[in-house]
Order: sequence, then structure tokens, then C-alpha cells
Amino acid sequence: MATTAETFQAHGDAHDHAHDHDHKPAFFARWFMSTNHKDIGTLYLIFAIFAGIIGGAVSGLMRLELEQPGIQYLTLWATWFDGKPAEMNTALHLWNVLITAHGLIMVFFMVMPAIIGGFGNWFVPIMIGAPDMAFPRMNNISFWLTVAGFCSLMFSAFVPGDTTGLGAGIGWTAYAPLSTYGSSGPAVDFAIFSLHLAGAGSIMGAINFITTILNMRAPGMTLHKMPLFVWSVLVTAFLLLLALPVLAAAITMLITDRNFGTTFFDASGGGDPVLYQHLFWFFGHPEVYIMILPGFGIISQIISTFSKKPVFGYLGMAYAMVAIGVVGFIVWAHHMYTTGLSVNTKMYFTAATMVIAVPTGIKIFSWIATMWGGSLSFKAPMVWAIGFIFLFTVGGVTGVVLSNGGIDDNLQDTYYVVAHFHYVLSLGAVTSLFAGFYYWFPKMSGKMYSELLAHIHFWVFFVGVNLIFFPMHFLGAQGMPRRYPDYPAAYEHWNHVATDGYKIMAVSVLIFFINIAYAFIAGKKAEDNYWGEGATTLEWTLSSPPPFHQFETLPVIEDAHHH
Amino acid sequence: MIFAEKARRAGSVVMALGLSLTALPRAAFAQAAEAAAEATAAATEAAGNAAAKAGSYVPMKPVPGIGQPIDGAYGFQEQFSPNGHYALWMHNAILMPIITIISLFVLGLLMWVAYRYRTAKNPVASRTSHNTLIEVIWTLVPVLILVGIAIPSISLLAKQYKPAPENALTIKATGNQWFWTYGYPDNGGFEVISNMLPDEEAVKRGEPAKLGVDNRLVLPVGEPIRLQTTGADVIHSFAVPSLWFKLDAVPGRINEKVLFIEKPGVYYGQCSELCGARHGYMPIAIEALPRDKFNAWVLAQGGELDHQPKPAAAPAAAAAPAAAATEAATAEAAATESAAPAA
Repeated sequence: MATTAETFQAHGDAHDHAHDHDHKPAFFARWFMSTNHKDIGTLYLIFAIFAGIIGGAVSGLMRLELEQPGIQYLTLWATWFDGKPAEMNTALHLWNVLITAHGLIMVFFMVMPAIIGGFGNWFVPIMIGAPDMAFPRMNNISFWLTVAGFCSLMFSAFVPGDTTGLGAGIGWTAYAPLSTYGSSGPAVDFAIFSLHLAGAGSIMGAINFITTILNMRAPGMTLHKMPLFVWSVLVTAFLLLLALPVLAAAITMLITDRNFGTTFFDASGGGDPVLYQHLFWFFGHPEVYIMILPGFGIISQIISTFSKKPVFGYLGMAYAMVAIGVVGFIVWAHHMYTTGLSVNTKMYFTAATMVIAVPTGIKIFSWIATMWGGSLSFKAPMVWAIGFIFLFTVGGVTGVVLSNGGIDDNLQDTYYVVAHFHYVLSLGAVTSLFAGFYYWFPKMSGKMYSELLAHIHFWVFFVGVNLIFFPMHFLGAQGMPRRYPDYPAAYEHWNHVATDGYKIMAVSVLIFFINIAYAFIAGKKAEDNYWGEGATTLEWTLSSPPPFHQFETLPVIEDAHHH
Repeated sequence: MIFAEKARRAGSVVMALGLSLTALPRAAFAQAAEAAAEATAAATEAAGNAAAKAGSYVPMKPVPGIGQPIDGAYGFQEQFSPNGHYALWMHNAILMPIITIISLFVLGLLMWVAYRYRTAKNPVASRTSHNTLIEVIWTLVPVLILVGIAIPSISLLAKQYKPAPENALTIKATGNQWFWTYGYPDNGGFEVISNMLPDEEAVKRGEPAKLGVDNRLVLPVGEPIRLQTTGADVIHSFAVPSLWFKLDAVPGRINEKVLFIEKPGVYYGQCSELCGARHGYMPIAIEALPRDKFNAWVLAQGGELDHQPKPAAAPAAAAAPAAAATEAATAEAAATESAAPAA
């Protein structure tokens, strides 16, 4: 395996702390016209945290309303929001605005910017020994398009969505015809346009990553020596490049159906609403791997570092991600089992979907095998990574249940699905984000956080999120549909537990922010390689934080490794 | 092998899933909105009328815990259809044990390595990074497990797609914002408009709030029913958890699936595709009656009995050559939909 200390021994003057003499641009030029991958990565992370606070607060409102049956708060919030006494339908429309906002914010403006824009920008160039990204200016516009997209989404909340209230209440999936003639107001156009903007930013980011990784690796850094995080971002970038244009096409058709009289998704003009779902999920399924694959990469780096061992089965790990990426493109209709697919189609998508469990299993077992025989130290990132492996396994096995088209007939669009995708995303991708944050935060900021607070954060978060999402399996099995603001009394018990779980999770997020504040105010200065001998990738050869421009002389990767 | 045969038969079936181009969702949308307002206003009145019209028909009292969710429960609702029993068996006897064992196995491994290979106990890490045998094992074993799951899973799909016999009763469920209409094309074509009861009214009638409706979808038990769904405005989804049944109601399309209810009773469900503001307030309530009582109810609605009931042997009719059944189903669907070019 390639990721050994010897392999990544950097040469040249990468060690000379050139940042002491770095010339950094003034504030505005540095942060608003930035072309520096580390600054842009920082901007992405700050933006993702900001968006995550909003998206998380929205889910707090939702859990509060769902704590008991009946409409408790929506009318009040709608009255406050619309500035006039709200009717029942306006209050219920607000609910749909909340679920739409939560989904879109968390997917497009929290997880993706953080895991690809943030960690990808920061560490891909460094890990391959490159001075920066291939297209620094395009990198800048990728970020600001994402911000513009977020603004468009926020703005949509303040214009009419349909006749009943403000904001787009179409769900993050924006199914036609609810998103076309079913919602007459301009809010939906703004929400769709926000996806255009964010999507364009992501496509440019993907082009940038692919070019950087394929062309700018340091001498000796062959593809098969790249750290697995870089592999994960490479696969993810290809998924983005191939999937996002399909989303762009689908939502452009929504726009023209809405505004220019086309009938792509309208049966009265020869179109078909189900066509939209095929296009959306052709993007949407790779999208879930876009969110989780970089997390896989982060977890691989962390497990290897804190086991003081190279990753077990490196090639298997890399190509398992490639396999997941490829198969991810041919399973989309498992999101559409109840739309009236033919029996052959449903059998095919059942079988194809199950196939994904195989490369995923390879990854899980390879992580455990990496730990096997290692010398494990349980620093915060490691604890988060181990938590990730377990939570992702739980989310993965419910995916196997849902992959069965005949079983899914009863679970489609219920809370079981909500539980499943939050286990892989909210507990999977987000846990990997926290793991990566604790792994690299001192490298990025130069300050150590409190190890104790990071552990407390993990355990409180772990208890909280499991309390939120595990009972949702029970609710879904009992038949509670998703996207409901109100429910029969028989769903109260587990909803109440889930809301209690949210309160615990919210406390854990508070601990996280206290820890960041602690690091900046009183944190010890971080050494170059604060994790010690297990940390072997190139970022650990640089100072913490790294110089403004690193690798002005390229490092040479020695071909000294032991298979 | 039974599985192979079933898969082959199912594979040869062309679904009578007619893509109807005659529906005019835009126009229907406006009409539906009007109808909705009217229907909501007249909800209580309509309920009274229906009761009067029904004559001897008295809405059945639901049994707590049957055909509806149970507070604090962990698993699925009790099932009342043959496919529901099979699916529930597959989930409880195959899927649940497998996923529980896998999760606990991974958890156990993690705890073991965390204990055994902590720095204090194992200060020097090994450099092992390959073991072809174990990599082959953890690739092949999951493959075998998945094949084991796929066999009953494909079999379940084949069962669910077995077409209804030619003379099965056809019911058409149309999703509207935000109520259901149920058409009885075989019984003179009358329609039932079904709105959610206000909470107080539901409680007064002994029904669960948010699930009780003014006019139920009344169906016969013990025979296959050809249930067709469509949407009048946006996409809705007709779902009844205790019958393992969910089928989207898509404007411009007719979806079709066989429903078989084993016992008389009240079975509740809820709209399961986001359809706008009152998505949460358009429940489904099926009242399943023995054939004679169903016929009486049809007559009380002003319907006809031109659809002749089949005796209890009805399910056997499903074994008729698939092609013939499909042809008939297609023809019938086309007929009921006033000449849609069946896809």
C-alpha cells in the first residue's frame, strides 16, 4: 500500500514555513476575489456551517410541530411570517415550505459545500502535492454561484408559492405537476433557479477537481498512490459532472412548463409527469453517493491514521468507490416503485439496487480490517469515524430492505424511508463531516480544540440522532407517511421520542460551537503533524495552518513502499 | 422450480397500464378546485345524505388495532391480504434477521477490535494490508446473502403483478386536492366522494381522527379487485398499510393493481405523495363487506349489479392464460376510460 510515511516523505522546501513571509491580499481581495484553494475551502466551510444552522433550525421547527398530533405552531408561525392572520391552508402550506427548505438546504447548501467544496478544496491539492487547484478563478465562481443559489432559495420564501401562501412547497424533489401548474407562484421559479445556480457551481467544481487530480499530481504520485480521500473526490466529481446536467435539464423543463407553455410533464399536452421523476432520480440517486463518497474517503484517512496502519485493501477500497459510482447510475427507479412501473422494470431495479450492497460491504469490512492488528488511539476523529461505520451500516441494511420492490410497496414515502436516508446522510455524511472537521480543524486553523468537548459532542450527538431517527423506522412500518404536519394519535409516542432526541442533538451542536470558540480563544497551537506517526499524507508535512501557497517546489513521492 | 416459473409468467405479462391521453389535467384542476370547495362545504350534509341513501347500510365500526396504526408499535400493521402475508413473512422471517445479524456483527467486530487493538494492549501496529482470501470471502458472502434475499423478493413481485381475472370487479380511485373519489364502473358508474371527517366528528363516530372519512370506499371481501388509480390534478398516492397496497395516482395515467381483502373490516390509509397544502388531510378508508352486503350497498347507492360476483373460487381464475387476461384487462380499461388509446 502506498500511504506510508516513506511514500509521502516530501522533499524540497515544503517544510520551511514559507508562510511567515507569505504575501496575503487585503481582506476584500482575499475573501471576495479569492483564487486560493485553502481560502475558498474555508469560505465553503463557513458557508456550509451557516446554511447548516438554518437547515437544522428548520428541522427543529418541524420536530416541534410533530411533537404531538394536531397543528400546534404552524398557524402562529404562518401568521407571523405572512404578516396577516393565517388560514389553515396557509399554515399547512408553510409546512411544505419547511420540508422543501430543509431538504434543499441540507443537500445542496450544507453537505455538498462542506464535504466537496470545503474539505475537497482544502485537502485535494495538498494531498496530491499540488500548489493549488487547476482553475483558481473558476474555483472562486463555483463558490459564489453556490452562495447566489442559496440567496435565491432564501428569497423564494418571501414571494407567493401558490394561492395559499409564501414560499415553495414542492418538496426537494419538486415533482411535476405539483411544481408546475400545481404551484402558481414565483417562489417555485426562484427555488428551481437556486438549483440551476448551485448546480452550475458544482459542475464547475467537478471539472476543476477532475482536471486538478488528473494533471497536477506531484512527481511520483501515481493514481494508485493517491490517498483514498482524493480517490473519493475524483469519483464524486465524475458523478457530479454526469448527473447534474440531467438535473439541470429536468428543472429547465419545469421552468418552461411553468412559464412558456411547454408540456413536457403535462399529460394534457402529450407529456408525462413520471418522466420528470425518471430524470430527477437519474440525477438524484448519484446525488446521494455524491454526498457520501467523500465521507468514505475521510473515514479511510482517519481509520488509517489512528490505527497507525495503511488502509487495508487499498485497491479494493478505491475501486469499490468506482463501482458504487458506476452502479449508482443504473438504480434510480428504486425511488419510484409505486409509480406504476412494469413488473420486469421493478425486478431489474430490485436486483441492481441490491448489487450496491456488495462494494459498500467491502468498504465496511476493509475499515474494520484496517483497525485489525493496528495500534488504536481513540482521539476524537477516530471515535467519530467508528461511530460512522456503525451508523452507516444500520442505514445501509435498511436500504437492502427498501431495495425489494415488493416490500417497498408498504414503505415507500413513509417515515421508514426518512429513517433510512437520515441514517446514511444525517448520521452518515454528517458524522463523517464532524470526523473530518476534528481531524483537520487544527491543520486548517493552527489551533487545537478541546479533546474532551469533542468526545462529549460525539456521545451527546450519537444519543440524540439515534433517538430522533431510530423510532422513525417504527413509525414508517406502522404506515406514517412522510411530509405530514399532523397525524393520527397512534403515531404520537414515537414522534414524541424523536422530538426529545432532537433536543439532545441540539445540545450537542451547541457543544460543537463552544469547542470551536474554545479553540480560537484558548486553543493550543497545533504542531505540523499533531496526530503523530499514523498521519502520513502530505498535509502533515506542512505547517498548521499551511503556508498561503504550498509546494512552490513540488514534493517528490518516493517509490518506496512494501506490498 | 416455482420461482423460475413465476418469474417467467410475470415477465410475459404486459401490464394493463394504459397511458391515457384523454385526461385534461389542467381543466380538471380548475374543476377539482371548485368541487373541493363544494365538497368541503357540504361534507357534513353529504354524510347525512349518504346514510339516508344507504338505507339499511350502517357504516361498520372500526376495531382498534385492526386496519389502523397502534401507538408505540414497532413493526408492521397486521395484514389482511395474501400478498400482505407473504411480504410480511419475507420481512419478518428473512430481512429482519439478516439485517439485525449484520448490524450486530459489525458492531461486535468494532467493539472487539477497539478493545483488542487499543494502543495500551497492542503498542506496535502490524503492517498487514492485504489478504486476498478474506477479501474474496467478504465479497462473495454478501453476494450469496443477496441472492438469498432476491429469490423471495422476485417471487413477491410476481405475485403482486399477477393480473386480475377478466371478470374481476373494477374500481377507480381518483386523487383530488384534497379528497378521493371512488368510481364503480361495473356497477352503473356511480361515484363516491370521500372527505376526511373533522376531528370531533370522527371521535363521535368512533373513528380515529385524521383517518375517518365521511364516505368510505366500500369493497367486497374474498375476491380479487382490479383497483385503478389516477390523479385529477397533481400526483397523489393510494396507500393502505394493512393491505400492503400503495399505488400512485398520476394525472394522465391509469395505474392498476390487484387488491384482495380477506376479511370484512375497516382498513385505513393516507395519501402518500406530496400533493399540496392538505396532503395530510385526505385519508383513505376501505370498508370491506361480504358480497351480499356489498351488493345491498351498491343498490342503496343507486348502482346496478351488472357485475356478476364470482364464487369463492375466484382466485383460481387468475391462473388463466396471462395473455388472455391481459388483453381483456386492456380492453376493459379502455372501455371504462372512454376510449383512451391503451399504451
